[in-house]
Amino acid sequence: MNNTVIKVENLSKQYRLGLVGTGSLGHDLNRWWAKLRGKPDPYLKIGESNDRTQNGDSEYVWALKDINFEVKRGEVLGIIGRNGAGKSTLLKILSRVTAPTTGNVKVKGRIASLLEVGTGFHPELTGRENIYLNGAINGMTKSEVTQKLDEIVDFSGCERYIDTPVKRYSSGMTVRLGFSVAAYLEPEILIVDEVLAVGDAEFQKKCIGKMKDVAGLGRTVLFVSHNMAAVENLCGAGLLIEAGMISFRGFCKNVVDKYIREREICADIKLSDRKDRYGSGGIRFKEIVFVEKGKKPSFELSCGCSVTIFLYYERNIKVDRPECSLAFYDLKGNRILYMGTRIQKKLFLNVFLKGKFECKIDRLPLLPGEYLVNVALDSPDGVIDHIESAARVNILPSDVYGNGYLPPPGEAYVFCDHHWKLTDID
Amino acid sequence: MNTAERVACIVDSENEPDWDFIIRPGKGLFDLQLKELWRYRDLIMLFVRRNFVSKFKQTILGPAWFVIQPLLSTIMFTIVFGNIAQLSTDGLPKMLFYLSGNVLWLYFSSSLTLCSSTFVNNAHIFGKVYFPRLVVPVSIVISQSLTFALQFAFFLCFMGYYVSAGAEIRPNMYIFLFPVLVLLMAGMSLGFGIIFSSMTTKYRDMRFLLEFGVRLAMYATPAIYPLSSIPDKYKFFILANPMTPIIETFRYGFMGQGTFSWAYLGYSAAFTAVVLFVGAVLFTSVERTFMDTV
Repeated sequence: MNNTVIKVENLSKQYRLGLVGTGSLGHDLNRWWAKLRGKPDPYLKIGESNDRTQNGDSEYVWALKDINFEVKRGEVLGIIGRNGAGKSTLLKILSRVTAPTTGNVKVKGRIASLLEVGTGFHPELTGRENIYLNGAINGMTKSEVTQKLDEIVDFSGCERYIDTPVKRYSSGMTVRLGFSVAAYLEPEILIVDEVLAVGDAEFQKKCIGKMKDVAGLGRTVLFVSHNMAAVENLCGAGLLIEAGMISFRGFCKNVVDKYIREREICADIKLSDRKDRYGSGGIRFKEIVFVEKGKKPSFELSCGCSVTIFLYYERNIKVDRPECSLAFYDLKGNRILYMGTRIQKKLFLNVFLKGKFECKIDRLPLLPGEYLVNVALDSPDGVIDHIESAARVNILPSDVYGNGYLPPPGEAYVFCDHHWKLTDID
Repeated sequence: MNTAERVACIVDSENEPDWDFIIRPGKGLFDLQLKELWRYRDLIMLFVRRNFVSKFKQTILGPAWFVIQPLLSTIMFTIVFGNIAQLSTDGLPKMLFYLSGNVLWLYFSSSLTLCSSTFVNNAHIFGKVYFPRLVVPVSIVISQSLTFALQFAFFLCFMGYYVSAGAEIRPNMYIFLFPVLVLLMAGMSLGFGIIFSSMTTKYRDMRFLLEFGVRLAMYATPAIYPLSSIPDKYKFFILANPMTPIIETFRYGFMGQGTFSWAYLGYSAAFTAVVLFVGAVLFTSVERTFMDTV
């Protein structure tokens, strides 16, 4: 018997852009008329590839195009790719939430998908009732849940509140309860979508551990995440999706490396030329400049230096109360530093047509290494402009403690000023 | 998964026995997968429970509302239609006449309206997990049937009171058609409900049409007047309403007054079958991709 549990063949998914309105009725009728005469769907062929950098002139777009791959029993496959590359669409099709436009997927065994934890939780029901409900939604029978109830409650750490309505739970507790049900689903194939991003650190560890157990039992896991460290930690194989197509399939490490390289290449493009951005576009970032005190602008900064980051922008329409933020990530996708106008209670009421946001860091606490910087501009109405990997910064070693020593590389991300002392208690 | 379950979840594997199921772009015109629905029966019952429990949480009167609702509208109808407008009630006690019409109509209309919002109200769940979508409307109809059972019991108490007070009420053999009437109403509200829910996913206009339509339809149903009081030239329109024979048969069986004909009831049954069939076809074609349009 062959070991393939999922076989994806020529899978494509087309979406219609824009709003569903009066026009869609016309398309529906046209499509129905074509079907009646045995002709192919007239709107299928005009779809374009999922390249968001270009403004296609078609109303239809391919979120996935001719995807082919197989997953073997017991394989833990990490699916990575930029936002909007088609990962979520793929997961939705695999978990049968939506149907593909063409192609098919052959599956052996029961699939449980965790596109979200605690789906269907009802705030008025108690924790116990919700465990039953959520278990049943995910395909468990009542007796299966009863058998595992104690373990589920134990894993969630919510024993005390199990007979309290879920609406009285903190959000963390709700997530924990949801994940605990999921952890005991025991499907042959588990599909997980970044749900680990929620919950406290201790619980995340528990979840990763549980997923490793699941994988260890010879079950198949498909894991989607932006956190390269988690993907590398968990998965043996990787699949890189770009613009709706598979760009690379191989050992997890190689796939992650390729993804990181591509992000770095991306980061070297000038902001005004970047097309892979989100937001309404009321304000656009044009350039990001780092100036170390007393030096020329550069993407190489020394550890512990005083640096000012300039974000040049152009305003297209009037925007109310924009909030600007910057975040430093390591190459694995872990966020190291975050700086935002909101947490500094800085309100910019008047945004000029052309200008620059300035962020001054007195003593940059990053240790030597490479970092990627995300920039974002939000408003109460939503995202205005958001660019991932807007810049790549190289931090060079420098003598921050004045004694020639730095924390060992690879073991820490940041440094801080500190002082040691030894005191005798008696 | 044991063997029995594995067999049950084989959806489409006749031609390739190696696979448990195959996800395809489209499927047959009439592929309801009732077997799969049966496998999810626990979920149906949990949804029924959820519908009940969540409905009356934090209310003082709780399930008493099931009875208060039809009681108050019956009193209102008795005053407005019975005493002020002086509509005929076929010689039956007014309260009893309006209560029977009310309870039956309420059962049909509330199942229908709730079913019709299946996709729109559950988009957040449907977008995350797969389970047979039919679970939701079926559980709604079951919960509404339980509500109806309570209201029906209330009606029986009322009837008992009138009988003991010596009112002209003659239950007869047709009372045994009651289960059939309930099934017809359940089937019809489910059928109409899933038709509307399928169409609402893309065109929200349907919701307005339904809200408005259900309210108007009550006046085209002998809930507040007996069929016998309708002039002959309008009778045809009232009889075209498949709910008419159901209400009339109910009144005839329980209280001995009303219009009963096997042909009329047969019409209702045929209508229900057609509506269920059309509903099933529409529902299966929409449930697979509705997430993209909802």
